Amino acid sequence: MRFDLKIIQNWIAQHSRILDLGCGDGTLLERLRDEKGAQGYGLEIGADEISACIAKGLNVIEQDLDRGLGNFADNSFDTVMMTQALQTMTYPHKVLDEMLRVGKECIVTFPNFGHWKARLHLLIHGRMPVSDLLPWEWYDTPNIHFCTCKDFEDLCSENGIIILQRQVISERSFKILTQLLPNLFGDTAIYRLTRSIL
Amino acid sequence: MPEDFPADSVGLVRPQTMAFDTPLELACNRALGPYELVYETYGQLNATASNAILICHALSGHHHAAGFHDFDDRKPGWWNHYIGPGKPIDTDKFFIVSLNNLGGCNGSTGPTSINPATDKPWGPDFPKMRVRDWVNSQVRLADRLGINCWAAVIGGSLGGMQAMRWALEYPNRIKHCVVIASAMKLSAQNIAFNETARQAILADPEYHNGRYQEHQSYPKSGLSVARMIGHITYLSGDGMGKKFGRELRSGSFEQGVDEPVEFQIESYLRYQGGIFADSFDANTYLLMTRALDYFDLAREYQDNPVEAFKRAQCQFLVVSFNSDWRFAPERSREIVDALMGANKAVSYAEIDSSFGHDAFLLPNERYQTVFNNYMANVFLESIASDLKVNG
Repeated sequence: MRFDLKIIQNWIAQHSRILDLGCGDGTLLERLRDEKGAQGYGLEIGADEISACIAKGLNVIEQDLDRGLGNFADNSFDTVMMTQALQTMTYPHKVLDEMLRVGKECIVTFPNFGHWKARLHLLIHGRMPVSDLLPWEWYDTPNIHFCTCKDFEDLCSENGIIILQRQVISERSFKILTQLLPNLFGDTAIYRLTRSIL
Repeated sequence: MPEDFPADSVGLVRPQTMAFDTPLELACNRALGPYELVYETYGQLNATASNAILICHALSGHHHAAGFHDFDDRKPGWWNHYIGPGKPIDTDKFFIVSLNNLGGCNGSTGPTSINPATDKPWGPDFPKMRVRDWVNSQVRLADRLGINCWAAVIGGSLGGMQAMRWALEYPNRIKHCVVIASAMKLSAQNIAFNETARQAILADPEYHNGRYQEHQSYPKSGLSVARMIGHITYLSGDGMGKKFGRELRSGSFEQGVDEPVEFQIESYLRYQGGIFADSFDANTYLLMTRALDYFDLAREYQDNPVEAFKRAQCQFLVVSFNSDWRFAPERSREIVDALMGANKAVSYAEIDSSFGHDAFLLPNERYQTVFNNYMANVFLESIASDLKVNG
């Protein structure tokens, strides 16, 4: 179980109605169904991932997120989530808007490009960072919209998005450093967002 | 010798006939009966009858969905790729029922049967059938077979419409509904194709207002053209191009040569039309295409598919094919959206295929995997419900 998924699990209330955008093989959905009695759907476009979800008995819908969420009504889910996929969207800000329209809350996780390793890589090598976690070359990568925690929070404040909770985590255990300087030491950012004040 | 049949085939199968004495009340306000249904079964019904699957056929389908009738059969049943040992609809796990619908021409009571009131073939007087009439007749068949609740009702195209109707009208008698390359209602374009096909039959002088049997004639050319029209719409433009292109079967375009030219596609379509017309009934074709046209899932639910699906209690699998323009993926997405709006359990896959609407009958690795994975859970649930009953 990825650590970011564990945190999300803690943020989801029992019997929530959830929508997981880019749900992959359904690991998170399955966990939330089994542990939290959550109900809902995963959206995915990968053929193998969809088959894997169906094998787990999950509700998975083949749908391209870049085509929007126009088929979902306003506030029709308690939580709409997207893990490690925001940076692959053509228009991340529009996807966020849609997520906050369809869900009362939303949860997003993304790789923090402000992490010291990314900064150091660019500083020393003068090249776009390529790491174990993000192994693609700049010209051939699904990750077309990287951002840092600060970038993301700027977007939120400019668009009236309220950050309810934030957790920045690190693969290696610089726990105190990550808490002190999350944008420098955290490699994965997890945000819980809403539009309306609860 | 059974070893003559492929190992993944259900082998030799025999059609059976069930007679019903009580007339069936139809949506058109007429009653039909007594009547007979022809059906086949594959696999074994378990002690609690929890592993039963109903297959609903499409426009020109029938009860013979899998296996062989004869050792000399060239072709197995129409859905043999998906029904058999180890296949998605696994005959080692499920008890599968496949029938010929009322109004058909493969043994069940239909336009070619004798009308007891006149002692002549029904012909054009056979009552108009709706999808819900078929479902009601299938309910009676289920009762007689001792099946209170289907583990799944499965259908492609017009068969998918029956499966959805089951989910709405008999919510307690269906656990899973598998809807493949189908729609909640036909589009104007779709009805237009059906009407053109019907007109081809009606315009044939051999049609005799549908009483061709009494005139010892048969509108073969009309039905053949009807099938050709249908066949074009079941294939994709790309698929047809890949298979036939502009290849000539005979003749040449060489300068200075004057001989009749025939494209491969012309000969293929005529051949298919001819074969079909030899084995099908024109009045049944009219009846089946009308049933397709009339179907509108949400008509009785204020035209609101979300409200309609709220009645359903089962889980759904919806599948479409990207080159299918007769029952396009958009139509399947409408089903899926309505199901999600009604908060129902549903999965949806849009399969890559160049075979158009026909893809639902043909082998396709991804389609098979999706179908397999879904049906594996259908089976696990049927066992689990047994344990609950026994425990």
